[in-house]
Amino acid sequence: MSIMPANTPQPVLSVEHIAVHFGGLIAITDMSFVVNQGEIVSLIGPNGAGKTTAFNVITGFLRPTKGEVRYKNTSLSNLKPHEVTSLGLARTFQRTSVFQSVTVFENVMIGLHRRSRSTLLDTLLALPREGRAEAELRNLAHELLEIVGIARRADELAGSLSYGDQRLLGVALALATDPSMLLLDEPVSGMNATETARFMELLNRLHGRGMSILLVEHDVPMVMGVSDRIVVLNYGRIIAEGPPAAIRGNPEVIRAYLGEGASRHAAH
Amino acid sequence: MNRLIRYVALAAFASVPLWLHDPYLLNAFITTGILIIAAMSLNLLLGYTGQLSLGHVAFFGIGAYTSALVSLGFDVELIGGIRVVHEPWPVWTGFVIGTLVAALCGYAVGKLSFKVRGAYFVIVTISFAEVVRLIALNWVELTQGPLALTSIPPMTLGLPGVGYLDFYSKQSNYYLVLAVLVVSYIVIQRLVCSRVGRAMIALKENESLAVSVGIDVTRYLVLAAVFSAGIAGAAGSLYAHYLKIIDPDVFAFLYTVTMVIMVISGGKGTLAGPIVGGLIFGFIPVAARSFATPEIQWILYGLLMIIIVFVLPKGIVPAIEKWFAASGARADPEPLQAKMHDAP
Repeated sequence: MSIMPANTPQPVLSVEHIAVHFGGLIAITDMSFVVNQGEIVSLIGPNGAGKTTAFNVITGFLRPTKGEVRYKNTSLSNLKPHEVTSLGLARTFQRTSVFQSVTVFENVMIGLHRRSRSTLLDTLLALPREGRAEAELRNLAHELLEIVGIARRADELAGSLSYGDQRLLGVALALATDPSMLLLDEPVSGMNATETARFMELLNRLHGRGMSILLVEHDVPMVMGVSDRIVVLNYGRIIAEGPPAAIRGNPEVIRAYLGEGASRHAAH
Repeated sequence: MNRLIRYVALAAFASVPLWLHDPYLLNAFITTGILIIAAMSLNLLLGYTGQLSLGHVAFFGIGAYTSALVSLGFDVELIGGIRVVHEPWPVWTGFVIGTLVAALCGYAVGKLSFKVRGAYFVIVTISFAEVVRLIALNWVELTQGPLALTSIPPMTLGLPGVGYLDFYSKQSNYYLVLAVLVVSYIVIQRLVCSRVGRAMIALKENESLAVSVGIDVTRYLVLAAVFSAGIAGAAGSLYAHYLKIIDPDVFAFLYTVTMVIMVISGGKGTLAGPIVGGLIFGFIPVAARSFATPEIQWILYGLLMIIIVFVLPKGIVPAIEKWFAASGARADPEPLQAKMHDAP
């Protein structure tokens, strides 16, 4: 067996010794992991393990007390959230993931904000360039809705979509920023089985296109199904890391999720 | 359809001075028009970015005072004995400078106060308007204080050697206001129907999501404030050169409230809203004058406002649009069937 140089993992996102303290409360002690190019990595852990805090640090919505996050060798420490987005990192939200009172199509048009080349002067003078830029955006918006599979809902108000479709629209919004990596915050929480299956299908499609994805998720079967690697967080530190098969049998992980007795049970 | 309505409305308003010769009514049209321009500018901030500026009249007043002072000239002594003398300039330069100074103030207030949102923004804007009013009242050397700036020249357009056009009559002022209103409408329309407007709507709807798709919050809020203040300043300049006298009462809180009422009743976040709301509340006192005393007029004004807010909480224009959409759907059963096919 020879090692192919092309298969050497290329880290795109590296989380380096992150610590987050809220006053005296330590939300994350010391967290380090990487996501390689084209990989789906999941961050899991029981309630209160620090998943969402970790997620907010990575996306720049929260400043870490210690450590730093690097994306493609650029430190995210002093960047504002919209600057993080322009590096090619896009996120979705747990709850309010879409602009409720505008149409699905308009949502994606908003998401395409950074893709338009028209300037303020083009807009005010209604120059031909403005018209071309807008037409280009409309085409892109249709394409994105096709990719996530909600194109036929384009003219409906985003707030009137089913929960699962809103999540798909949230992903379309994130994809609209032309990211090389997606950060998804509990994308399937509250979805039924069909919706979850549809969402996993979408993740696999994006994976096939070479998108790197970091998932923060509760739904363990779903995570086991799509991830290349899993990072398990408990009480603000990483307790296990590896491919799904290794995580499934890890006694530390079982103890964290099910308690002391269960892990003894599993060990026997 | 929308475009047709717009052209018909424009033609109708353009014809008003041709058949209406009553100077009182024409005056009502002109002052209402000026207030509508100011309300449209407020709508850009309130309706599209969701920020309530309760000091909006400050920009209106700044435009009015700046424009008047540029065209009247002034001679003031600053601290340290520096004397600033300004010779009168052509009136149209006053209009331009008044607009720009108001826009600049919008930039400053925007930069300062978009660090603070919601209730704090409201307070900052109210305080700003009050400070500007106190300056206008107390810097007597520049503004004549409560004695008012008088003999403000009417608007003139033109270049030396080419010829001049002055706006002295009511008819000509009517067309001047209509022209500025149309230009303001087009500017606002182009802004809100572009990526700029989408960014503003996104900020109003869900700020953290907007940020996450790469929208620079401060940039778009300040941009909205600059255009909003500039247009309000232009309206103020028209006001000064039409009335030919302004005093610190131009900063009265009542004017801001009137603008807010026009925007909310007409429909905030719609292009036509401030125009519809403005016409209604601009003409209530005129219509009621024939049969009611001033006290009754104000009671009617308040009652109508309460009724509109209760019956049409989103405003008149969105209600009409919804009604049209509903009757359109009844006439054409196609979309309904399509929806039924989509249902699981």
